[in-house]
Amino acid sequence: MRAKRCAHVPLPPDIAHMVIDSDMLAVRDGLHYLLSSELMSGLTKDSLSTAEVVLAEVLNNIVEHAYALFPGKIAVSLSFRDDRLQCDISDAGLPMPAAGPPAGILHETLEGTDLPEGGFGWFLIRSLSRDLSYRRQGSTNLLSFSLSANDPPEIA
Amino acid sequence: MKLVSERRGEIIVIRVMDDRIDAAGAIQFKDRMREIIEEPSARVVLDMSNIGFLDSSGLGAVVSVMKALGPIRRLELSGLTTTVEKVFRLTRMDSVFLIHKTLPEGLRHAG
Repeated sequence: MRAKRCAHVPLPPDIAHMVIDSDMLAVRDGLHYLLSSELMSGLTKDSLSTAEVVLAEVLNNIVEHAYALFPGKIAVSLSFRDDRLQCDISDAGLPMPAAGPPAGILHETLEGTDLPEGGFGWFLIRSLSRDLSYRRQGSTNLLSFSLSANDPPEIA
Repeated sequence: MKLVSERRGEIIVIRVMDDRIDAAGAIQFKDRMREIIEEPSARVVLDMSNIGFLDSSGLGAVVSVMKALGPIRRLELSGLTTTVEKVFRLTRMDSVFLIHKTLPEGLRHAG
């Protein structure tokens, strides 16, 4: 009998990490994985809901834009820093426009046939995150931001 | 994407059976909704109480269904969960739709 020893070294619970393919279903599965990670159990319910929205928008944008012309991988690392959830996301897709991440300004028109059907993504990311930074390093996009970990329940 | 529609007099009530409308399912949602709303009705109510998560693609899909209804019929929404409500409120889309807390009286299933 061999002594049973696990070769797999589990990550410490203060880091959640994943690498996914650049497709929408992988994003859906990846979000489920992150949201149910031990690390994320440290977030209040409202912060968890905010984190899902922001991470979904960021990952979907990478699939749609960075990997618009060719597929690739997306790496996500989450950790706690100063009581906030630090999110570091990298991909090897096309760079963002020179000006950096879009400003994400909502359309003014809220009526009739002019109603916007898009452009909400960056608005949501910028509204719900802090410390947003983007840089291109070689052929890699590095996006970082932080999220609140202890939002109180909202009063309806 | 599973949608169940039911006619109650002049109203079509559509219930989303999935638990999310995200980028992976938004086009399917839009296509299914467009099929359902081809049938004339005075009002269209979308029961979203099963939806725990909606992203900007999902929101865009709901807006496009609203536009497909044309100028007379307005898309009414019901049963927004916390995250869904947050996305509608932040993007100010909560002012565009008629939103019911729960399905309007008389449209609920018995039992």
